[in-house]
Amino acid sequence: MYQKDGESYFIVDAHVALWDARPENQRNIHGKQFIDCFYDYHANLSPASEKWPYEEYLYQGGERFIKDVFTDGYVDHAIFQPAHLGEFYKTGFGQTEEAFALTQANSGRLTYNHNFDPRNGEAGLDQLRADAERFNLKGVKLYTAEWHGDSRGYKLNDPWTYRYFELCRELGIRNIHVHKGPTIRPLDRDAFDVADVDHAATDFTDLNFIVEHVGLPRLEDFCWIATQEPNVHGGLAVAMPFMHTRPRYFAQIMGELLYWIGEDRIQFSSDYAIWTPRWLVEAFVDFQIPEDMTEYAPITIEQKRKILGLNAAKMYDIPVPVELQLPNANERATGPRQPERADLETV
Amino acid sequence: MAATTMPGAAAPTLHLVERAPEPLTESHVLRALDSVIDPELDEPITDLGFVRSVTLTGAGVEVHLRLPTSFCAPNFAYLMASDTKDVLAALPNVGVVTVELDDHHDSDIINRGLAADAGYQGTFLHEAESSLDELRATFQRKAHTAAMERALTAFLRTRPELAEEAIAAVVLGDLPNDSAKAALMRRRDTIGLSTVDFATVLVDDRGSPCPAASAALALRRARSTRISIDGNAHFCRGLLATRYPGSEADQLPRAQENFFPLSSLIRTHKRKIA
Repeated sequence: MYQKDGESYFIVDAHVALWDARPENQRNIHGKQFIDCFYDYHANLSPASEKWPYEEYLYQGGERFIKDVFTDGYVDHAIFQPAHLGEFYKTGFGQTEEAFALTQANSGRLTYNHNFDPRNGEAGLDQLRADAERFNLKGVKLYTAEWHGDSRGYKLNDPWTYRYFELCRELGIRNIHVHKGPTIRPLDRDAFDVADVDHAATDFTDLNFIVEHVGLPRLEDFCWIATQEPNVHGGLAVAMPFMHTRPRYFAQIMGELLYWIGEDRIQFSSDYAIWTPRWLVEAFVDFQIPEDMTEYAPITIEQKRKILGLNAAKMYDIPVPVELQLPNANERATGPRQPERADLETV
Repeated sequence: MAATTMPGAAAPTLHLVERAPEPLTESHVLRALDSVIDPELDEPITDLGFVRSVTLTGAGVEVHLRLPTSFCAPNFAYLMASDTKDVLAALPNVGVVTVELDDHHDSDIINRGLAADAGYQGTFLHEAESSLDELRATFQRKAHTAAMERALTAFLRTRPELAEEAIAAVVLGDLPNDSAKAALMRRRDTIGLSTVDFATVLVDDRGSPCPAASAALALRRARSTRISIDGNAHFCRGLLATRYPGSEADQLPRAQENFFPLSSLIRTHKRKIA
């Protein structure tokens, strides 16, 4: 819970990780390259006061996690979105056992999502059945640029991925978090393209597709498909810290999102441990669209409350105190939202 | 050499005079590399600071490239590296051309492919299906969309009386001859769109004009493309500087884009009624 100026915000951090990128867990040079890439994101976009030494960044452990996310970070509930990266790290990047144990020890505050890889075929389907039962899965995190033998990526509309979505439907796994990365097979096309999300969302209308990083670096493609598909949502991982380094760019991202997909389908996340939630929550509550950007309506307190927690809470049936709940906006399901809010049509 | 010192050579015949090749300099190489574009960011790799070093070896030239992360998309990385080699190989009397991409997760694969002139398929083998032509074309279309939005937005700012329907009717000849128009003309030319004065500015990727009724939405959508590309360009510059301290000195700042609210530029029906 975060409180400021008499307002209370129920906080759901919809994308957190408990990773181990220490040298002893790195399988090869790519393990180092991957965490170095994350560290540069962290170093480039964090305020100086929030920047960690490299050594601390490699591994946090459960105790540090609880402090950063819950004790210091105002978060009421956090959702693990683990990336496997088995080709880069010996026990994987996301630490399954550690994160699940932490989830069990903090019942009500943590949700553990797992992952699957459609290239594991039939055996992977059996594994998903077992994982769904063990972890009580409501969601999965898919990294389409995951390396797997001689394949370095897949698409959501591959036939095998559809087999897994059909099983998700059967097992009650309703929330598909999609993270696009730099590789895909074949390499001929843009790996960050989200067109495959469009296909999957159309064919599985009873599943939610949460596109992490709101499609960045393809914000425009994400907005265009999400405005047409009511079951496509945007996760703000990686976009949030632009508040600090490039507030005008962040304002444009938020303005575009609120225009194209509306206030009920955007979810806050810190992407812990890339960043920590405390400064992001504080900065977002204080954030406002600059006055000269009159094309975008100011972000309301209600919109901030939804984005910071209520939207993800609704998707994951996380209980929210009655006095903090808000109704859905009376918005159209597809197409640009509330255009009358932008003074484009009211001036 | 003798020809250039021949006394009495008249100026108009100079173009016939054979000149000894000028020795290649680092500056020549960099100016040649100005034509290598990062397709995603629509900017020369030289402005982005992606050229790490240029070394004249005596036998030829060796160029090293660097990118903002080791996980930048390998297909784009390959495009820039192979374009670099092509541009250098086309320089007169260049000698042996060596291009290497440093510190990338696919550095070994790409550098081996470049050294062998293996082409895209020969470099990426089973991961390559046909070519990167469509990838390049996709981003040339996005670059056009963004340039179109910039030029129209700048134009609308100077024409506050313009009604919404009129956006769809703006033609190239209406635009002032400024850098925004020049950039748009180049990108239209790249994707094969007409550059004549009476060509409509607000068009889709195939050059089809937009109906007046949806012109504002089309401009709005083009704006999201422009915001996305601009945002990526800023992020990539920052990441390069974080990864390679000091590299910011090799970067030219991205052309300053001023924020012009569409609302102050477009006269809607409601506004006219009001």
